[in-house]
Amino acid sequence: MSTASYALTDSATMIRRNLKRMVRYPSMTVMLMVMPIVFLLLFVFVFGGTLGAGIGGAAAGRAEYVNYVTPAIILMTITSAIQGTSISVAMDMTEGIVDRFRTMAIARVSVLTGHVVGSLIQTLLSITAVIGVALLVGFRPSAGVGDWFATAGVLLLMTFAFIWLAAALGLASKSVESSSNVGLPLVLLPFLGSGFVPTDSMPTALRWFAEYQPFTPLIETLRGLLMGTPIGNNAAIALGWCVVIGFGGYLWSKKLFNRESTR
Amino acid sequence: MTTPSRSAITVTGLRRSFGDHVVLDGIDLNVPSGTVFSLLGANGAGKTTMVKILSTLIGADGGSARVAGHDVAAEPDAVRAAIGVTGQFSAVDNLLTGYENLTLMADLHHLGRAAGRQRASALLEQFDLVEAGRKPAATYSGGMRRRLDLAMTLVGSPQVIFLDEPTTGLDPRSRRSMWQIVRELVAGGVTIFLTTQYLEEADQLADRIAVLDHGKIVAEGTPDELKRRIPGGHVLLRFTDSRELESATRVIGQASRDSDALALRVPHDGSLRSLKALLDRLDAGAVEVDSLSVDTPDLDDVFLALTGKPKNEKVTTP
Repeated sequence: MSTASYALTDSATMIRRNLKRMVRYPSMTVMLMVMPIVFLLLFVFVFGGTLGAGIGGAAAGRAEYVNYVTPAIILMTITSAIQGTSISVAMDMTEGIVDRFRTMAIARVSVLTGHVVGSLIQTLLSITAVIGVALLVGFRPSAGVGDWFATAGVLLLMTFAFIWLAAALGLASKSVESSSNVGLPLVLLPFLGSGFVPTDSMPTALRWFAEYQPFTPLIETLRGLLMGTPIGNNAAIALGWCVVIGFGGYLWSKKLFNRESTR
Repeated sequence: MTTPSRSAITVTGLRRSFGDHVVLDGIDLNVPSGTVFSLLGANGAGKTTMVKILSTLIGADGGSARVAGHDVAAEPDAVRAAIGVTGQFSAVDNLLTGYENLTLMADLHHLGRAAGRQRASALLEQFDLVEAGRKPAATYSGGMRRRLDLAMTLVGSPQVIFLDEPTTGLDPRSRRSMWQIVRELVAGGVTIFLTTQYLEEADQLADRIAVLDHGKIVAEGTPDELKRRIPGGHVLLRFTDSRELESATRVIGQASRDSDALALRVPHDGSLRSLKALLDRLDAGAVEVDSLSVDTPDLDDVFLALTGKPKNEKVTTP
């Protein structure tokens, strides 16, 4: 019997399992969705007036800043949602059921694809909610239908890539507690880029870092698609990062999952 | 295809270490198809490592193992298709209901939707979980969880089942119901590899027992064979005063005497005839015995004798 031929059916089974788990344990889904919304409201209503004036001139203010910051908040939705992936993968590994899966003649990768696709669906729901709230508080994108489709595609790719990385981080962490911290740097990275303020306002060393770290091209690509700002070569760089992060995360996860059970 | 004499598990020279710590040091065993084999050992003796290697969870450092006719290292997927494992730690999904856990297994065994649901319902019934089947497994008691765990193992109708300490931590009633389930499984023709630290459990269930100690098999045989290896059966006679103890000692002769406890320990082979002979002699000597108890060696004696680091008195005293 070839297990490879069952990879798809087994993955579908595992995706159903993970979706059921999310429905049964909704507090994490809700928390991961609320966090970026809180950040959005915080940045728009608390800092937005001043930051907006700094970016677009005194006349622009808060209305301008909503448009500037929303792409960064969308990215933050992804980075915070994938902490959920790390935690749920790590949690699963501490339970006996994964050892049961390992002793069954199933496509092993399906255990991970279940988590990845489950998280993907969860994250896309969060992104939709965040964009909805952004529109309510004054986000006015200039994107046409084609741009929206491109945005959806880019977001899907980014989410998919980061979720594989998060799955690997979850597998690599020794405990559930530590798995909730490993994703923290990813949440902070958008701040050290062009997400909240333009990079040219930063000190030299920081600006250099901000320009070359992966989140800046990702944010610039999103911003370009939604707001019509110039994208330049950012799209190509962003795609490159997604492929590297996603494929690297996939290979790392696979390697970690296939190592011996240490329990 | 299945012949009664066929071997379900064959292990030759199996070795495994974790770092410097040698856990399995050259294990050989053979489990015929359709029998219950029990691996007995104290905590940390290497029982779980053995199950993990045989169930393809971890590899061996040396030696070989074949399960259901397939080499565990070379054809792990063929082994996995033939086995079911119920580990020491519960392997159920706590957020899913009992029924959902079973249908999850059915889906992973590719039973098909209708057949899978039927199998899940039948197993809930068989394991007395019909009521509980609608509730999340997180709400189950220890005994229910073990039953669900075992039911999940059975969804794929495995030929060889590994039970790693299946009753550890269960109350006596749940333990007995687990034993009953195991007996029914064996009647159905499957092979069971059971690890336990409870001697009574091995005695109750196993056709053959191997005692594992510090990574080596120190004894192997049927429960009776193992018990016979330990001489130490005796009759304990108690008396109300030392005068009776005196006369009993004179009448019987060969016995060890405990004057403080007013007791006499008479070696005994466990047969009814020798017990009757002993009673006749006491009768003839007109000895008044307060109480009498017959103590035959049980597996506890065997176990302590075989695995005790300081040599146990019971072995050294013939």
